[in-house]
Order: sequence, then structure tokens, then C-alpha cells
Amino acid sequence: MTTHAKPREIIAVDNLVQTIGGQEILRGFSLKVYEGETLVLLGRSGGGKSVFLRHLIGLMQPVDGTVTFNGQNISGLQERDLARVRRSMGMLFQNGALFDSMTVADNVAFPLRERGETDEVLIASKVQTALQMVDLHGHQAKMPVNLSGGMRKRVALARALINEPRCMLYDEPTAGLDPIVADSIDLLIRRLQRKLGVTSIVVTHDMKSTFTIADHVALLHEGRCYFYGTCDQLRASTDPVIRDFVEGRSHEEP
Amino acid sequence: MAPARYVGDLLLSFARYLGDLALLAAETMRGIFHGEVRPRLVVQQIYEVGFRSQLVVLITGAFTGAVFATQTYFQFHRLQMDTAVGPVVSVSMFRELGPVLCGLMVAGRVGAAMSAELGTMKVTEQLDALRALAVHPVDYLVIPRFLAMLISMPLLVAECIGVGILAAYLLTTQVLGVSEAYYLHNMLHFTGGRDVAMGLIKGMVFGVVIVFVSCHQGLNAREGAVGVGRATTEAVVIGSLFILVVNFFLTMTLNIFFPAGK
Repeated sequence: MTTHAKPREIIAVDNLVQTIGGQEILRGFSLKVYEGETLVLLGRSGGGKSVFLRHLIGLMQPVDGTVTFNGQNISGLQERDLARVRRSMGMLFQNGALFDSMTVADNVAFPLRERGETDEVLIASKVQTALQMVDLHGHQAKMPVNLSGGMRKRVALARALINEPRCMLYDEPTAGLDPIVADSIDLLIRRLQRKLGVTSIVVTHDMKSTFTIADHVALLHEGRCYFYGTCDQLRASTDPVIRDFVEGRSHEEP
Repeated sequence: MAPARYVGDLLLSFARYLGDLALLAAETMRGIFHGEVRPRLVVQQIYEVGFRSQLVVLITGAFTGAVFATQTYFQFHRLQMDTAVGPVVSVSMFRELGPVLCGLMVAGRVGAAMSAELGTMKVTEQLDALRALAVHPVDYLVIPRFLAMLISMPLLVAECIGVGILAAYLLTTQVLGVSEAYYLHNMLHFTGGRDVAMGLIKGMVFGVVIVFVSCHQGLNAREGAVGVGRATTEAVVIGSLFILVVNFFLTMTLNIFFPAGK
């Protein structure tokens, strides 16, 4: 008889409250993410998914509640102390957030140079590998302004992955991409999980992507975690809020 | 009560603003003491803020020196004090006109560029991307600009003053016919190291004012393109006003250490 060790919690969010412009966006959101899994966070546009994601890497500080990463409470940490935590995390922003004064290669090499790497041959080789991974090899010399939205997002993904983070946060990684590239991004997220054991938290609306990559799914509804479970549990749910979201129903007259 | 309340709110928000600037300055110093200085970026910024501001500063200095010399000459000529134009122009250029006008021009050119660049980075999430990549935005963006300004500004002020004095000299001696020897003798007799020190110290302080005001506006820009536009305008307006106000207090203070005409 074999026993399976319980996976370790890498992120624990407890009772998170956030208010923006007088409106309560998160009203006591709690969630656990286990090491090595891919968790997909679903929710309606403007529902606070991206806001939630920003708390996980300390870009926003909660009004109330705590965020624990790897056993350390990171809510309330000073910016310089957060840098240590962020070194083991990566984040893909919705619009890529590339540095527009730098070329694609310099953008991707940025984390390496910032961590003290000076061997330009090694940097170039790592940049090449990272760009190959997102199918953008040969675009090193381009400026971000000359790239399409999808390409920008993929360069940003290469930049986020180049230092091999333990935990990746994706803010709508497949939005605005053609279905083939979107699928390749999904497969990349899966590959990173299997080969390197990267924990991923993915914010998306894309149900196809969700069913491809998710180990667990959480649904953010009215500032709280409305559903948490596996893809099978999500499919099997009869709850009207969940069914509407999964099937994309608005209940409006045509 | 309404006007009193309005003035009270205004004073409070001004105090808060000064506090924010002080915090930004403190964070910059903390970064420097943590060794977060990127020499490559400092050199790049010296090129941007120092080297590329030269033309603006040289033209400002030259025409200010020339016009000031002309006006002074017309007045002094009636008193038959033509050769006093030299010291008046040089002392004024060193102590007030050089640093203040150079500061105002740099606040317009460099301050606007700094706040627009940082503001755009803010609204396009590039600042958040820096933070997510474990890089403190103050370390990466403010420290190089601060150090570049600290190095460049005294040099720009020196250029502005130098070219202003040269223009005044050429105009007064070659066009208005004042004796070159007397002009130079009087100028050198009444201008001293104290005037040079005052000009360069003022330049350095104005540089620091421009950096913190502009970077603060940029780092706190909001609401997309409109927010960046507003941040840029405010950086130039606040930077320029601060230069004029700070100049008054600097003049009063520095006069204790470098008294004029002694």
C-alpha cells in the first residue's frame, strides 16, 4: 500500500479585503494554493481577479486579511523586503508590461542582468532559449512598439520565466491570442508544471484553457470564493452561477 | 468658515506633498547606501539630462548675459561707469541669473521628460513589472536620475554662466566700445570664489529639486494619457515655482557663508 504525502501549501490567502475608489472589490476572499499545482481563478470582468493576483506578489497591500507565501506572511512587508519574496515568483501582466525603451532581447535579459549576470554569451543563449520556448526566436532586436499584442505577451512570458521562478502568476495569458498560440501557451504552462514543478495561478475567462491546464479551479463571485474544486467538479456543478459562467449565459433577451 | 477651511486644506495638502517628496528623497538615499547604484544608467542619464541640455542652456546663458549687459550699460553710461558693467554682469550671472535661469530651463526640458517617462511607465504597468521582477523603481529610475542631475547641473550652470559672461564681454567691448582691459580688470576684481561657489551650489540644489518633483509626479501619475499629461505639466510648474522660492531662501542662507562684495 502506498501513501501519498499531502501537497504542501505554497500560498495561503486568508480573508482578503480590498477597497478601490470606495468600492469593496474583495470581501473576505480565502484560498489555498498547493506546491506544483495549477490553479485557475475564474470570475467576471471587473470582479477583482487581477486585484487578487496583485496581492499575491505584494503589488497591492490588503485592507484586511493576510497573504502567506511559503510560510511567510507577506502582507504589510516593506518594498525592499518583498524583493526577496518576488525573486522566487514571476508574473505575466495582462498587457505584457514590457519596458518600451528596451529591445525584446534586453527585456528578456533584464531579470538576469538585474541579478548580477554579466556573461553576455550566457545571457544571449538564455534569451534565445526563452524566446524559442514562446515561439519568438529571431525577434530579439525588435522594439516592443513594433510587436503585436500577442507577441508582446509572449515576450513578457519569456521575461517572467527566464529566472525559472517557483511560482508563476498569469493575468489572462491567452486573452487576445489566436487559438493556436493560446493552445501553445496552455501547453507551456502544463510543461513548466510537469518538468520544473512550477506552481501556477492563472486568471482567465477562457474555459477551454481552464479545462486544459487546471488542477483546481476557484470562482471569484461578489468578492468571495464562490467555488473551489477540480475541473470535474466544476463541470458537474448544478449551481446556476457556476453554470452561467461555464456556459457563458447572460440571460439577456436577444 | 469656508475660506478658512479651504486655506487649511490647502496647507495640509501642501504639507503632505512636502512629506511625500521627503519620503522619496529618503528612499533614494536608502537605495544609494544599500549600494543600488547602476553606473551604466547614471552615464545614460548624464547624457540625457546633461549633455543633451547644453544647447538650451547655452542659448539661455548667452542671450541673458548679452541683454543684461546692454541694459546695465545704458544705465551706467549715463553715470560714466561703463567699466562697471563687467562686475555687475558677472556677479549677477554667478549668484542669481545663471543658476536660476539654467534651473528653469532644465526644469522645462528635463523635468517634463522625466515625469512623462515615469508617468507612462506607471500607467502601462511597467513600474509594477519592475517591482514584480524584484527591482525597486526608486533604485532603477530615481537614483540614476538623481546622481546624473547632481553631476550635470553644476556643469550646466557653469556653462550658462560662462557663455553669459562671454557674450556680455563681447557685446560690451566690441559693440558698445567699453575698454577691454578695464572691463576685465574690474570684473575679475569684484568677482570671487564665493560667487562661483554660490552659483554651483544653487545649481546642484535646483537639480535635486527638479529630480524629486518630476520623479514624484511621474511615479504617482494616474488615469492614463490624461494623467501623464497632468503629471508632466505639474512637474514643470511645481519645479519652476520651487526653484524660485528655494532660490530666495538659498540666497539668504548662502549669503551668510559667501557674502556678496567682500
